[in-house]
Amino acid sequence: MELDKLAEMDLRMGKANQEIFAETLEKLAAKDRDIVAVTSDSRGSGKLVPFGQKFPQQIVEVGIAEQNLVGVAAGLASAGKKAFAVSPACFLTARALEQIKNDVAYSDNPVKLVGISAGVSYGALGTTHHSLHDFAALRAINNLIIVAPADNFETEQAVLLASQSSSPVYLRFGKKAMPFLSEENQKFEFGKARIVREGSDLTIIANGETVYPAWKAAKALDERHGISAKVVSMHTIKPLDTQLLDGLAAKRKPIITVEEHMVNGGLGEACASYLFQKGARNRFQIMGIPDEYTVTGSQMEILGHYGISPEGILARAEQLLK
Amino acid sequence: MTDSELKIKSVLLRKNLLKYIYKAKAGHTGGSLSCVDTLNVLYNRVLNVDPADFKNPNRDRYIQSKGHCVEALFVTLADRGFFPESDLETLCQYQSHYIGHPTKKVNGVEQNTGALGHGLPICVGEAIAAKLDGKSHRVFTLLGDGEMPEGSNWEAFLSAAHYKLDNLYAILDNNKQQITGSNQEVMNTDSLREKLEAFGWAVREVDGHDLDQLEKALNQGPLEAGKPSFVIAHTIKGKGISYMESVLKWHHGVPSPEQYELAMTELDTAEAQI
Repeated sequence: MELDKLAEMDLRMGKANQEIFAETLEKLAAKDRDIVAVTSDSRGSGKLVPFGQKFPQQIVEVGIAEQNLVGVAAGLASAGKKAFAVSPACFLTARALEQIKNDVAYSDNPVKLVGISAGVSYGALGTTHHSLHDFAALRAINNLIIVAPADNFETEQAVLLASQSSSPVYLRFGKKAMPFLSEENQKFEFGKARIVREGSDLTIIANGETVYPAWKAAKALDERHGISAKVVSMHTIKPLDTQLLDGLAAKRKPIITVEEHMVNGGLGEACASYLFQKGARNRFQIMGIPDEYTVTGSQMEILGHYGISPEGILARAEQLLK
Repeated sequence: MTDSELKIKSVLLRKNLLKYIYKAKAGHTGGSLSCVDTLNVLYNRVLNVDPADFKNPNRDRYIQSKGHCVEALFVTLADRGFFPESDLETLCQYQSHYIGHPTKKVNGVEQNTGALGHGLPICVGEAIAAKLDGKSHRVFTLLGDGEMPEGSNWEAFLSAAHYKLDNLYAILDNNKQQITGSNQEVMNTDSLREKLEAFGWAVREVDGHDLDQLEKALNQGPLEAGKPSFVIAHTIKGKGISYMESVLKWHHGVPSPEQYELAMTELDTAEAQI
């Protein structure tokens, strides 16, 4: 059976994580008038049109002006509003990086930065619309929680937690429908990774939309080779779940990290930096977008080109376990 | 405080900011001297802020976009009782909160600023929040003329007019110079009045060293109902010290011992003449 078809039998399909973000924000806004969405002509792509219709007093439109988006959100947050600044991740985290650094993180204004259509979600729209730098750029900024939820459950939980958090938070969402990757009603907290599949021979650490192909690869490893692969959703890239990494280091089994981000400065390097300094001896591979002009194509074609696919992850695991 | 006491205060604040710049051997001398009259009027005649209850949600907000002229802000806050003036002995020293730009670690400072073009967008957010909550406090920012080319300012100018933020006041410290030369040479921002009016703001031009004109422009409600207010304060860089006035090197020049003595003598004379 083709790996792409594999999961559909086992997993309940959900919606795009960014749709769940919008639905969750609506629920919160109905109960809390301090919830404010700030948009940069992005309410359509952020699925916030119904939000704007229901809560016109709780949405602030700034037009296509991302620096102002983040600055205004910082002012709103400083005045006590729970401000969610929503814009495509590519613009939010590049155009407004200085506002994120100074007005949000350094000034400790607890804005919730919501990067939508992240990674290569925009596919053929090209590099201008891809965010393959955001983990790296934001990891180098003090006082910012960075979260890329894998599925609808993690998304809803992350939005709820972000709304209650007194810290600045960056939430990163894709626009592809995601299946539910584990039981609901699990405990979810920032900085605490979720095991979406247990395993003992190998660990695949992924985040965001790459947890799903990692899960498929793990299932194929089991069915084809009887290899038991653990799959971890490291939804919070900062702060990292170092307790989980300590456990993996102790067992010395191979680790593969997978991310929809350039290999420079992302999830893989964050894990490697921690593990190496702890003296870990695991075999270790980072899968991500290489440091080159990104190939053109749809999201799936781009990810497939670089092996960030069930087949690609399976092949890497087979190679690593040889 | 009488009008003449307020004038004497301006001289005192100039002495203090020079004292601490001289001691720290660092600071933005010229710009601090050009905007200190505005700060004096704001903190002693305009802003509803209480040093003992600074976090009161109904306080007026003041966010200094031209953060590099922090010395003028620090001496004004100290004089107003936000912290002991002796704290400024540590200006720019290891582990001091009194660094070369405003930080919230200092009582009385609203936001961490310093990178230019950041103050106004934050003020727009504060002003929108006040409107959403039906609060009547006002939001003020001080912009430098050198930061007017920052695109983020123009994004914020649009949004402030769009949301009819008549609780928002931007004051331009228009001393007409920046680090490289005159504004006109570096990047021409002439016709600011016309530009801002076209952007939907109400504009008034005042002599930025005339305390009465400043107070009237800032303390009698919005310049026009339903519009944000833009007050162009025409100032002189290095104002009050003869050899510094409009001389470019005093952008961040630090006086020598002889120059410092001369400056203090000039300020003593100015004080005696009030």
